[in-house]
Amino acid sequence: MTQATVSAGARSRGFYGEKGKYSGIRGWIFSTDHKRIGLLYLVSMAGFFLLAVTFGVLMRLEMLSPGKTIMEPQTYNTLFTLHGIMMIFLFIIPGLPAVFGNFLLPLLIGARDVFFPRLNLLSWWLFITGGLLALVSVFLPGGAADTGWTFYVPYSIRTNTNVLPALFAAFILGFSSILTGLNFITTIHRMRAPGMGWFRMPLFVWSLYATAWIQVLATPIIGITLLLVALERWFGVGIFDPALGGDPVLYQHLFWIYSHPAVYIMILPGLGVASEILPVFARRTIFGYKFIAFSSVAIAGLGSLVWAHHMFTVGMSYTGMFVFSLLTFLVSIPSAIKIFNWIATLYKGSIVLDVPLLFILSFIVQFSIGGFTGLMLGALAVNIHVQDTYFVVGHFHYVMFGGTGFALFAAIHYWFPKMFGKMYRKGPAVLSWILATLGFNTLYMPFFFLGYMGMPRRYYDYLPEYQSFHVIATVGSWILVLGIIIMIVNLLYALKKGAPALANPWGGKTLEWTVPSPPPTENFATIPVVTTGPYDFSEYEQRPAEHS
Amino acid sequence: MHDDATAQQSQTTHTVPYSQYVLIWFGLLALTALTVSLAGIELGRWVIITALTIASIKSLLVLNIFMHLRFEDRVFRMFALVAFVTLVIFLVLTFFDYAFH
Amino acid sequence: MSGTSHGIPAEAHVHRDDTGSRLGMWLFLFTELILFGGLFIVYAVYRFSHPDAFHLAAAELNTFVGTVNTIILLTSSLTVAMSITAMQEGRKAFALTLVGLTIALALAFLVNKYFEWGHKFDVGIYPGSPELLSQPQGVILYFGLYFIMTGLHALHVIIGMAVLMYVFNAIRRGTIHATSYVRLESGALYWHLVDIIWIFLFPLFYLLH
Repeated sequence: MTQATVSAGARSRGFYGEKGKYSGIRGWIFSTDHKRIGLLYLVSMAGFFLLAVTFGVLMRLEMLSPGKTIMEPQTYNTLFTLHGIMMIFLFIIPGLPAVFGNFLLPLLIGARDVFFPRLNLLSWWLFITGGLLALVSVFLPGGAADTGWTFYVPYSIRTNTNVLPALFAAFILGFSSILTGLNFITTIHRMRAPGMGWFRMPLFVWSLYATAWIQVLATPIIGITLLLVALERWFGVGIFDPALGGDPVLYQHLFWIYSHPAVYIMILPGLGVASEILPVFARRTIFGYKFIAFSSVAIAGLGSLVWAHHMFTVGMSYTGMFVFSLLTFLVSIPSAIKIFNWIATLYKGSIVLDVPLLFILSFIVQFSIGGFTGLMLGALAVNIHVQDTYFVVGHFHYVMFGGTGFALFAAIHYWFPKMFGKMYRKGPAVLSWILATLGFNTLYMPFFFLGYMGMPRRYYDYLPEYQSFHVIATVGSWILVLGIIIMIVNLLYALKKGAPALANPWGGKTLEWTVPSPPPTENFATIPVVTTGPYDFSEYEQRPAEHS
Repeated sequence: MHDDATAQQSQTTHTVPYSQYVLIWFGLLALTALTVSLAGIELGRWVIITALTIASIKSLLVLNIFMHLRFEDRVFRMFALVAFVTLVIFLVLTFFDYAFH
Repeated sequence: MSGTSHGIPAEAHVHRDDTGSRLGMWLFLFTELILFGGLFIVYAVYRFSHPDAFHLAAAELNTFVGTVNTIILLTSSLTVAMSITAMQEGRKAFALTLVGLTIALALAFLVNKYFEWGHKFDVGIYPGSPELLSQPQGVILYFGLYFIMTGLHALHVIIGMAVLMYVFNAIRRGTIHATSYVRLESGALYWHLVDIIWIFLFPLFYLLH
């Protein structure tokens, strides 16, 4: 792709060896280097993730038997609220864009940093402030918020728990997300290496671009909405208070105007990671580059028009329900386009079945299941039957965890050598993939059956006939957690004792593989000149085709 | 080499003469006078339409001249359009619920 | 990006791209626009469902004060726009005068707003007041929105003033000058946005009758 290939300085500590203004921890938390900020996000996000996983496991333990198993109902309400807030605002939303976007975006487009490096650092500071505020709210007098991550009114303006700190945490996190999006859009527009036209950008960059637009255009709506709830609590303005004429359904509209597109903030970068990894391990130029690129933009656009499908049972007008159901079906088209193109990329490829690809294969299957059940939910008649049941919970965990979560696992196994300059052991990584995939499906597949049978979400107690499925799911959670633990231990071990990684261990063709692992401080000694598309595997494809 | 055009001249900006600014300012004041005097007339459901039309014209003047949108790269205007259309879509889709109750 | 940085070793590159900086600023303005946009959606829905009460309540507002404030903000937009031309021509003192004038006009706007709000409080109209709660629901919503939207706008006026003061200082110290003034442009852009929001708030609240 470029002539500026630097020899694999495997022993070099790259940007880790940089002597900046500060040393020690301050060299990290005051650094404006996009790579350091990316790793700051990685570490903080991993912390929040593990905490939220713990909450999830505790919830599953509670659901092992009907009635009280290990905790009181109020504790359970707190746990699902925190699990939701942390997983969504502190893990999935920043997960891929903030961690891998920050670390890789400049590398992928041949730039030395993002456009606004100091703003980038501010984003992280806002992120960590919001995250800590959410945590602190748990321990303040009054008790942790018990509204669920959705903060639905009128309950959220009536409950005496610490809703305000949680609201402000979400507000601050939203601000952080906006600034990241704004930074990425400007970076992509202004800092691409010479020769890198729009259709020579790696597809992960396209997905980050689409994501960034949602972050910029949808997040302010949640900002103002949460602010209105806060004002309602302080002054009793009446905007969302039915006693004063306010309309709680309007709150739901505003909430989902952001929060549905936010789902695409969560999944789009995952789709981008899949498009990045598949061609490398199939040793084939990606099939349908432009379709995949535009489908990211189409998902971002269409995904912003479907929010009210979360509200089919609140008494919307029939016209509204019809329109939103129709639009929901439309959004499946660009998603399906991606999947077809990925399959076509694998077809007749020289597939190397390594760890990143394994996670991506799980991702494709699980994302498809999540997508299909999403279509079922988009159908008005089915929706009314399964609204607010475990079916919905199963659906979004398949998309969010089975999709984005697994894409993130794939991303970390794919870019780990680049980020840390170390190689992990393949055996334990494959084992963690097997356990995570097995555990994940054992955990969430029963949710569809439970939901179909009528098990409502967020309930502390349940009827005895649901127990067998709950037990299966809880066992699944143990397998999944075991897989995650093995993965983390394996990666931490590699960090300490791993063999030095090559500059390009997978044979990738994008620009990040042309610099040493880990990359030097300003990424590129000379800014590369791009002359081909991002997935030029012609040397493999020129072999005589074996027709079957 | 760079399809975001004008990369070479990113430091040079259009200089708007004072007279043009003042002219626009007079236009804005005139439109304000117009919208205030129209408010005194009973226009029924046209009230909101005339008021919003005049407000839109005023903001277009501010955007294009005061904020230099006219003199920027095309991409600025595309961005502005995207933001505006997004907001309109949010509004229209919300009214698919409220207008048909 | 400024083409000159290509191919130059890392230690030599100083990144400067004013167009890119303005692009980032515009993106930020869009987020502000959508932030208010959420409120405009709320306004539209409640005005649609309570048309008569909104007209009734709007009669309480003083059109004259609103018009004066509109003129003040339009004029402040003019002065800050002119300051860029002054800066481009290298007329530092004139640019300073214009930015200073903008800040003064912003202050005048706030003083007006203060008295307007104060008057409302005096006659017992404020969120949660017994007087307001005795009114029809549409009136409560109208004044709820009035206080929130003009309040949030006033907050933006204050932020804009702070930004302009920072710009004023930077011009005075010479870090913003005739060949590097993108921070002045960004500050001015922010100020114009505050103006545009008001251009819509004014007819929606003051000119309903």
